[in-house]
Amino acid sequence: MSYDAPIKELGETSLLPEGTSAHDITETIAGVTENAAPRGWWLLFLLSLSALGAMTAALAYLFVQGVGVWGNNAPIYWAWDITNFVWWIGIGHAGTLISAILFLFRQKWRTSINRFAEAMTVFAVLCAGLFPAIHTGRPWFDYYLFPLPNQMDMWPNFKSPLMWDVFAVSTYLTISVIFWYVGLIPDFATLRDRSKNLTRKRIYGFFALGWRGAHRHWQHYERAYLIFAGISTPLVLSVHSVVSFDFATSVVPGWHTTIFPPYFVAGAVFSGFALVMTLMLICRSIFKLQNIVTIRHLDLMNKFMLGTALLVGYAYAMEFFIAWYSSNPYEQWVFFHNRLGWGQLDSSGNWGPLWWAYYAMVFCNVIVPQVFWFKRARTSVPIMLIASVLINIGMWFERFVIIVTSTYQDFLPSSWGMFHPTAIDILTYVGTFGLFFTLFLLFVRWIPMIAIAEVKGNLPGAHPDMHAIEAHDEAPDALGAPVPAE
Amino acid sequence: MANETKKPALYLAEYDTPNAIAQAAMKVRDAGYKSWDCHTPYAMHGMDEAMGLKPTRIGVLSFIFGMLGVATAVILIQYTNAFDFDFLSIGAGYPLIVGGKPPGAFPSMVPIMFELGILLCGFATLFGLLGLIKLPMHNHPIFASDRFEAATDDKYFISIEADDQKFDLDRTRALLEATNPTYIELVEQEVL
Repeated sequence: MSYDAPIKELGETSLLPEGTSAHDITETIAGVTENAAPRGWWLLFLLSLSALGAMTAALAYLFVQGVGVWGNNAPIYWAWDITNFVWWIGIGHAGTLISAILFLFRQKWRTSINRFAEAMTVFAVLCAGLFPAIHTGRPWFDYYLFPLPNQMDMWPNFKSPLMWDVFAVSTYLTISVIFWYVGLIPDFATLRDRSKNLTRKRIYGFFALGWRGAHRHWQHYERAYLIFAGISTPLVLSVHSVVSFDFATSVVPGWHTTIFPPYFVAGAVFSGFALVMTLMLICRSIFKLQNIVTIRHLDLMNKFMLGTALLVGYAYAMEFFIAWYSSNPYEQWVFFHNRLGWGQLDSSGNWGPLWWAYYAMVFCNVIVPQVFWFKRARTSVPIMLIASVLINIGMWFERFVIIVTSTYQDFLPSSWGMFHPTAIDILTYVGTFGLFFTLFLLFVRWIPMIAIAEVKGNLPGAHPDMHAIEAHDEAPDALGAPVPAE
Repeated sequence: MANETKKPALYLAEYDTPNAIAQAAMKVRDAGYKSWDCHTPYAMHGMDEAMGLKPTRIGVLSFIFGMLGVATAVILIQYTNAFDFDFLSIGAGYPLIVGGKPPGAFPSMVPIMFELGILLCGFATLFGLLGLIKLPMHNHPIFASDRFEAATDDKYFISIEADDQKFDLDRTRALLEATNPTYIELVEQEVL
């Protein structure tokens, strides 16, 4: 029995179906990039491309007209754009969690979903980065965000959390791309070696860098991969903490809380897992990957979602407790009136007008995931598809609730206001789905969407049984005869 | 092309199982070869020992550059936000008091120190890796073998290169044959 085989005494079994060979894995995963695209892929691709076109149009209109085309106005200067920014960047975090943190914890089941999740990270961070860039109003001056020497001797204010954001998000994007690419090198080599025509061979060969699977390379490669996992883990925790500082360092009631960094990180992981789940379920059925991403993988992911849902639910409850316990009337107004809709009615006799956003958030993020206590729900594809979509909606509402319900009625009743999204707000948000899915569909079509080399390394008997070989070597008469495989 | 002259580049031996290649690797190691390698479709554990490799030191590079990143952040922030002298005419700093904190306050530097540390560490690890393993290299003679294409699929190979001091057409072949490979090939390269 080799070191990496499942431990039978603990009741572990192989994650992949019995008898799956390394060659089957290559065929299944590399085949997706070699065969003609299924009709479903074309349908989704055209749909995404249209949405991307809509985004381009919305952005062009925004650049010509200015940010007045959005619903943002006093006192709500951060509305959908920052909501979308936080939402997208949170989505990205699950990718890093799956590839880095689960790697450090030696969770072997990650190998079937990590590549996929890493790609999602890269594309989600791209979508996220778009929003602060266009939110500046005059995006052609965005280079002011970077500390570039200039004729005015003006430098960024490094004490601003918004500046920390610039560094955190751009570092996160860079490191995610590098981590993703390093993981891809051996798989590009697999595609190169399977290529039948010269163009394919040259393109994949270019990206494979001449990888020849040499163990002297694997040795450094594995350590480098471990270092990337090691630096990505604190990085991912820092990025969403820094995003939460944008809010927590202000004095706005509902934002100025110390629970924000861990609360944001838990929410980010939660929403990211939900989107990985949604995308995986679709790709798994379109490209027939049920043997590689098994129900057991999905079951484990659902347990993760349940766990993070409980963390998020705890944070929601604790925010309310602190608002009540602080006896701060502004804090209490934001939580009990603006969010729950309780207390004093407004001039027209209505509840706080955005109460429904809060209830939608709690329903989607805390109540829905409770179905995952039941094994039947965790292993049912329709239930997890619906739940994961609802969680993503709920997490969008979480950011909307934090941003808008905190600012539309804060300290001065004379400066209270209300937010209404415009068509351009909606079009821009929908358009980023176009950007995300266009990139994502190109990825699943041309790049191995599952880490071929890593999945092979998890097959039973994939590693030499050094104990048996050493015992064998002590009997020199058997020179030359290989130890039979298990 | 006609009349081209070729010289041996390496011996390639193919194995079907991880145990077979690990055993063979131990024999090649014990025979004292230096310029040889095992080629596997995934990172195979236990091969460091079987090949007698020293542990990798790539982490040293990552650490040094990570610390350099932290130092860069400190210098950058202090120069631009805490002092107002002009270094090499790149523009003087711009001391600001925000929120009643001193211009060079330490706590607000921490996030950017951390991020730049990670950024430089990541770049050093990537380029350090490529430097240590000498990639990209698209013209290795081993690619002349058609059989070798399975090295990224499901077969395991040992290559012994001709520039090894102990390399000998007959004796090296005999050594590899004694390890029970399923296939053995002398890969040649063109003489330039």
